[in-house]
Amino acid sequence: VSGRGERPSSLLGGTVSILTANCGLGHTVELSEYLDLGGYQALRKALQTPPRQIIEEIKAAGLVGRGGAAFPTGLKWEAAANAPGSVKYVVCNADEAEPGTFKDRVLMEDDPHSILEGIIIAGYAIGAQKGYVYIRGEYLLPYQAMKKAVEDAREAGFLGNNILDTDFNFDIEIRRGAGAYICGEETALFESIEGKRGFPRLKPPFPTTHGLFGKPTVINNVETLANVPVIIRKGAAHYRKLGTEKSPGSKLFCLSGDVVRPGLYEVPFGIPFHHLLYDLAGGVRPGHHLQAALFGGAAGAFATPDHLNVRLTFEDLKEAGLPLGSGVITVFDETRDLRDICLRLARFFAEESCGKCYPCQMGTQRQFEILERIARGEVQQEDWERLQDVGWTMTDSSLCGLGQTAASAILSAMKHFPHLFQPI
Amino acid sequence: MSVETKSSEKILEAVNAAIEKFGAKQEELIPILNEVNRQLGYIPTEAMEEISRRLKEPKSSLFGVASFYHMLSTKPRGRHVIQFCESAPCHVVGGREVFEALKEELGLEPNETSPDGKWTLITTSCLGVCSVGPVIVIDEDIYGNVDARKVPEILARYE
Ligand SMILES: NC(=O)C1=CN([C@@H]2O[C@H](COP(=O)(O)OP(=O)(O)OC[C@H]3O[C@@H](n4cnc5c(N)ncnc54)[C@H](O)[C@@H]3O)[C@@H](O)[C@H]2O)C=CC1
Ligand SMILES: Cc1cc2nc3c(=O)[nH]c(=O)nc-3n(C[C@H](O)[C@H](O)[C@H](O)COP(=O)(O)O)c2cc1C
Ligand code: SF4
Ligand code: FES
Repeated sequence: VSGRGERPSSLLGGTVSILTANCGLGHTVELSEYLDLGGYQALRKALQTPPRQIIEEIKAAGLVGRGGAAFPTGLKWEAAANAPGSVKYVVCNADEAEPGTFKDRVLMEDDPHSILEGIIIAGYAIGAQKGYVYIRGEYLLPYQAMKKAVEDAREAGFLGNNILDTDFNFDIEIRRGAGAYICGEETALFESIEGKRGFPRLKPPFPTTHGLFGKPTVINNVETLANVPVIIRKGAAHYRKLGTEKSPGSKLFCLSGDVVRPGLYEVPFGIPFHHLLYDLAGGVRPGHHLQAALFGGAAGAFATPDHLNVRLTFEDLKEAGLPLGSGVITVFDETRDLRDICLRLARFFAEESCGKCYPCQMGTQRQFEILERIARGEVQQEDWERLQDVGWTMTDSSLCGLGQTAASAILSAMKHFPHLFQPI
Repeated sequence: MSVETKSSEKILEAVNAAIEKFGAKQEELIPILNEVNRQLGYIPTEAMEEISRRLKEPKSSLFGVASFYHMLSTKPRGRHVIQFCESAPCHVVGGREVFEALKEELGLEPNETSPDGKWTLITTSCLGVCSVGPVIVIDEDIYGNVDARKVPEILARYE
């Protein structure tokens, strides 16, 4: 137990430390230390390179978004760079609210400058003048760390006019959320920065042409941006030495639940799930065994012991029907009541649905009501049919990713543990 | 003492300070509301009226925004706000027991404020510190690895 000033620190583990090289030192790496560790060299290098070539390097590295949807970052940057207009933005999505996720928090608290460096390089590559970092309102320490980093970077000439004596001008503003899961969805996030309720917009048009304030915008997750200086400093070929052809580099995983050493793990893409769970995180708590693991948080899907050999890459997980999502894995041992877990997930979505579109507004409520009954043990004959119906309707016809994934974990539980949803 | 409502003077002061800090622009609305909420513990109707006047935004749209975000409250809250994480990762590692202990110790159900105006208890979803669950946050202090038996001792740290 800590509190009143002290921060409970998260365990940091894994087999490589690239993104987390400056993390876990017990303090925030501030500017002078960051510079000693080689910080802002990537920016220096980038500013001597034509913007197009930076984008080519990111494309060659095969970097894909770490916010959950795995869209190729280089393509996104290229689209924004090509979009007509002179006013452009870079937005760093630090709204991290997927239950079980805390990787972006650790990066921001421990190594804020690496994220800023990524944002500034992105700004240079697409021709933007301003960047925003949208941090979830509950994250106080990350906010303070990022705010100080921006001030120090500005003071040292890494932000502002004529950065490092070039004609590139760029500044960063930090925004805090106010408690709404939906504001992590990129277009809802824009609405929130613009001072409105966080209602998602219809996509397309994508942010790369119509983003913040209607201008071409690149929005990337914190972890995605933290990869950028790594790639620029050592080059795409070096970056690709880790991971697989389709999933290059390393990935941060957040392990929680019934695991011996819950924490943040950095590993190369491609290690099997059992290696992460048993060798690195110490396995399921003593005396118990794995019943299920929730991949990708509330918006994710359940894995079973049959999945222990699956390799952690986008392609392998996709084939196994599991999302990598933001890299969150919550472990449940055989004593846990999965009906109750499903009920919690259903309540989460019923509370977080923004109510803009009908399938999700109604569907999340219906799903919650049915699961309330099931969790009480009062399963009705028709509940199976009803849950499937509600679930697939939401998945197929909701306006944004929240509704589209609100049934995903529950449908996967029904697939792997059908008996839980049938009358006894 | 009952739940504190704020004097007009204090309210105006908080609104002025917030608008001065961020500027009277619509895009600064959420930072302004956040700041007033932090200063006063909630956003009183009077504050909404003043912000509406200064930003030239209709009151209805301000209420729409304030009610959208969980961290903004238009109702007075206790001097200390306890947030309890009820998401699955914390729940499975002993969250249920901690929550029972909290409710019993405080004599409160979720979303209630104690009659003496000291405590407000709210439940929330994941706070991003799941590797040290179960987690409670009191005001801005984070407590990780909370054990149900430690709850009275933690609460005793607050006046
Ligand atoms: N990290 C977290 O805390 C959370 C993450 N998520 C994740 O979010 C994901 C869903 O996110 P969405 O933004 O709805 O996914 P999406 O598939 O709509 O988009 C992914 C990204 O690619 C861009 N994009 C897609 N097609 C494009 C095109 N043709 N041109 C230019 N840009 C294009 C989008 O603008 C977006 O930035 C889920 O997979 C979920 O795992 C969900 C909740 C919380
Ligand atoms: C309901 C919902 C919540 C989301 N929350 C986050 C979030 O907290 N952080 C994040 O990076 N992406 C989140 N996303 C994904 C973003 O919409 C977007 O895809 C991402 O920021 C793009 O960055 P990337 O390409 O670097 O992954 C969310 C999506 C949905 C549908
Ligand atoms: S799917 Fe849900 S969260 Fe998304 S716009 Fe529709 S109601 Fe809102
Ligand atoms: S689940 Fe409780 S802090 Fe994340």
